[in-house]
Amino acid sequence: MSTTDTTLPPVTAERRMTPAEMFRQRMFGHRGFLLGAGLMLLIVLIAIFAPLLAPHDPFTQTLSARMLPPVWSEGGNWDYILGTDQNGRDYLSRLIYGTRVSITIGLGAATVGMLIGVTLGVLAGYFGGWIDHGISFLLTAQLALPGLLLAMALVFIIGPSIWVVIGIVGVLHWTYYLVVTRAATQRIRSQDFVAAAAASGATSRQIIWHEILPNLLSQIIVIFTFELGIAILAESSLSFLGVGIQPPTPSWGLMIAEGKQAMFYRPWLVILPGICLFLLVIGANLMGDGLRDITSPEGRNE
Amino acid sequence: MTLLDIQNLDITLSLPNGPLHVVRDVSLSLAKGEALGIVGESGSGKSMTALALMRLLPRSASCTAARMAFDGQDLPALDGPAFTAAIPGPKIGMIFQEPMTSLNPVYTIGRQMTEAAVARGLLSVPEARQKAVALLDRVGIPDPQDRMAQYPHQLSGGQRQRVMIAMTLMLDPDLLIADEPTTALDVTVQAQILDLLDDLRRERQMGLILISHDLAVVAQRTDRVAVMYMGELVEQGSAQDVLFEPRHDYTKALLAAIPRLDGPPRHAGDSAATDEVIAARDVTRRFTSRKGLFGPKRETLALDGVSLSVKRGETLALIGESGSGKSTLARILLGLDQPDAGEVRMLDRPVADLAPTDRAAFVQPVFQDPYTSLNPRRRLAEIIARPLVLRDEGDRASRLAAVEEAMERVRLPARLLHAYPSQLSGGQRQRVAIARALVTRPQALICDEPTSALDVSVQAQILDLLDELRRDMGLTCLLVTHDMAVVHEVADRIAVMYRGRIVEEGSAEAVLSNPSNDYTARLLAAAPRFGETAEDRQVAR
Repeated sequence: MSTTDTTLPPVTAERRMTPAEMFRQRMFGHRGFLLGAGLMLLIVLIAIFAPLLAPHDPFTQTLSARMLPPVWSEGGNWDYILGTDQNGRDYLSRLIYGTRVSITIGLGAATVGMLIGVTLGVLAGYFGGWIDHGISFLLTAQLALPGLLLAMALVFIIGPSIWVVIGIVGVLHWTYYLVVTRAATQRIRSQDFVAAAAASGATSRQIIWHEILPNLLSQIIVIFTFELGIAILAESSLSFLGVGIQPPTPSWGLMIAEGKQAMFYRPWLVILPGICLFLLVIGANLMGDGLRDITSPEGRNE
Repeated sequence: MTLLDIQNLDITLSLPNGPLHVVRDVSLSLAKGEALGIVGESGSGKSMTALALMRLLPRSASCTAARMAFDGQDLPALDGPAFTAAIPGPKIGMIFQEPMTSLNPVYTIGRQMTEAAVARGLLSVPEARQKAVALLDRVGIPDPQDRMAQYPHQLSGGQRQRVMIAMTLMLDPDLLIADEPTTALDVTVQAQILDLLDDLRRERQMGLILISHDLAVVAQRTDRVAVMYMGELVEQGSAQDVLFEPRHDYTKALLAAIPRLDGPPRHAGDSAATDEVIAARDVTRRFTSRKGLFGPKRETLALDGVSLSVKRGETLALIGESGSGKSTLARILLGLDQPDAGEVRMLDRPVADLAPTDRAAFVQPVFQDPYTSLNPRRRLAEIIARPLVLRDEGDRASRLAAVEEAMERVRLPARLLHAYPSQLSGGQRQRVAIARALVTRPQALICDEPTSALDVSVQAQILDLLDELRRDMGLTCLLVTHDMAVVHEVADRIAVMYRGRIVEEGSAEAVLSNPSNDYTARLLAAAPRFGETAEDRQVAR
């Protein structure tokens, strides 16, 4: 049997792609992902360059120019392309600055939720036993709470500010991370490379950081994009109900709330921020959907 | 008369990096009541050929054939519904490799067995039940009447495979395709299932296609053998001819690679050393499981007072079937699991007193499945260097040198240094796992079924490599396996495990030629073997 090495021609003739190459190829072949990611990129750029893009100061009130309609309606003018609100502030500028609030809260809250959810999920999945039971109980308790009501109550008690909203929306949105990372950790933990690391003297901390977390990365990114959309909607709901971002800061949810008294004769005051919100959330969801397709199931590099 | 006739079959898979011809120009034919064996390594296209016949190819595959006829009927001419109604089931039955997943877990055995015949209107429900009971009895399931109401999880792997066979026989197929029917089963069970298939074929004048990577298994049970390699049929002929007068180089290599049970063991207890480096004394391990949070506790005794010692420089083989506790023992010896009672000593110190990194410096593992034993997110250089990093040994440059040396030792080309595991073949992955185990220069290796997930020819290479390393580096080796032939090739001493106990222990020569325990004798008898001596050939003819 020692002669076999030489007589067998190589079995694999074709060159196999690296995981990164495969990822890139799938990414550029996925239309939904490209659309979503393009939309997100555009909105993030608008948020960053808001001062350059906005034609007016979003806080300046021009009382002589209140409730102007958009340029395509009767009575609109090119000075205020999307019209003005009840206090005579330029609507386009407020929408542009509004992206900053939405993106900040979306990213912030999704990150807070990720830190909580992934930590708990990995701990529950890795250690199992009573830790798992305890964390699973926490999850059940969280799922039993009415989220929006709790968020309203908490913001009301603590006092509204952008950081409080980020914290509270984030603290209430970690369950999805937990469920997914816990299951994935359990699966990875039983694989032999974890045992091999343990047999080489790795501590639990080293195993979690070096062996398990890198393998969770793709799932975490996917959930992050989904949670981004959910957090943005949660902020808008809170702002609409008056316990989120406080005036005069331009937030889309707040703008919808302010515009609703005039909804019947100036519908654009409600529709325009609604469209912005829709575009941002659909962008986040398309991107998340696309990422899920790109990274799983057979695309997962194992 | 010909039952099956396939001419010039081509199958192409479209993969992201271009089309892959998995089957090229394959022609096969089978007479009524004849048994054909298709042999080849994983990826040789043998399963694809069978799947094409059943129209079960993956969606990305396209298939063309000059002729594909079954019992005089042209298969490609049939449209989807007509094919489904006529061919799979009543004409061709198929058994799959993995009995654990090929039955639906939420339906009873009885329902799954009778479903097809009743739905086709061939039998009424009571008739179908009667037939199912009779068939279960025929395939050797005890208490068939009671089994009908049971669910798949209540049966063992071998029993499930029997149920699968009985299920395909419900529709009296003219041809039975068995795709690696015994690969997932223990050796003793494997022999029973193959005998059963053989008997059924003769009894019913049924055609049989037996697909396997194991040439020894196939040659024993079939009339004709076809050898496939990289999608092509390299040799086809009567089982005797292929086995004893192989014409193609690949077949010869394949035959040479099969570990043999005949002749004296290669290592006839040549180690004279007596100092024990790893020793287990009365090790007991219980597993308790609970159904839900408040359910009743269930206990299983995985290890029942096991004592075992490995002496310096020897290769000790630990043999047993799945569930015998051999892997649990290996995990305990590696310090990955703690025994409930008893003690493990390493270098004459209790293993519990050793720091994990000291233990790692002494003994390293090689696991069974090279597809899960490497972190898919890390490059080879990182994977192999990891034990050094964990021990905080050397700097970046010295680690890289150590990695390169280890890779050279296991004969991995240096260009793979920055490759990911997904870019490697199974054999290469196992080499990486061995390189990782050797990078800290341990004195002992514990190999848990290091070759059972690999093809025969790769298995031979890995066994040779382990043997060579053992000699060069003076390694002590504990080899956990279920394969008697592998043991015969490499072991100095043998310990046989059965249901959590060691039932026999002794030198390889003594145990293999003269087993004192019933179970060992059964294991030996069940191991597929075929001779190559002139005498054997005479008998075979």
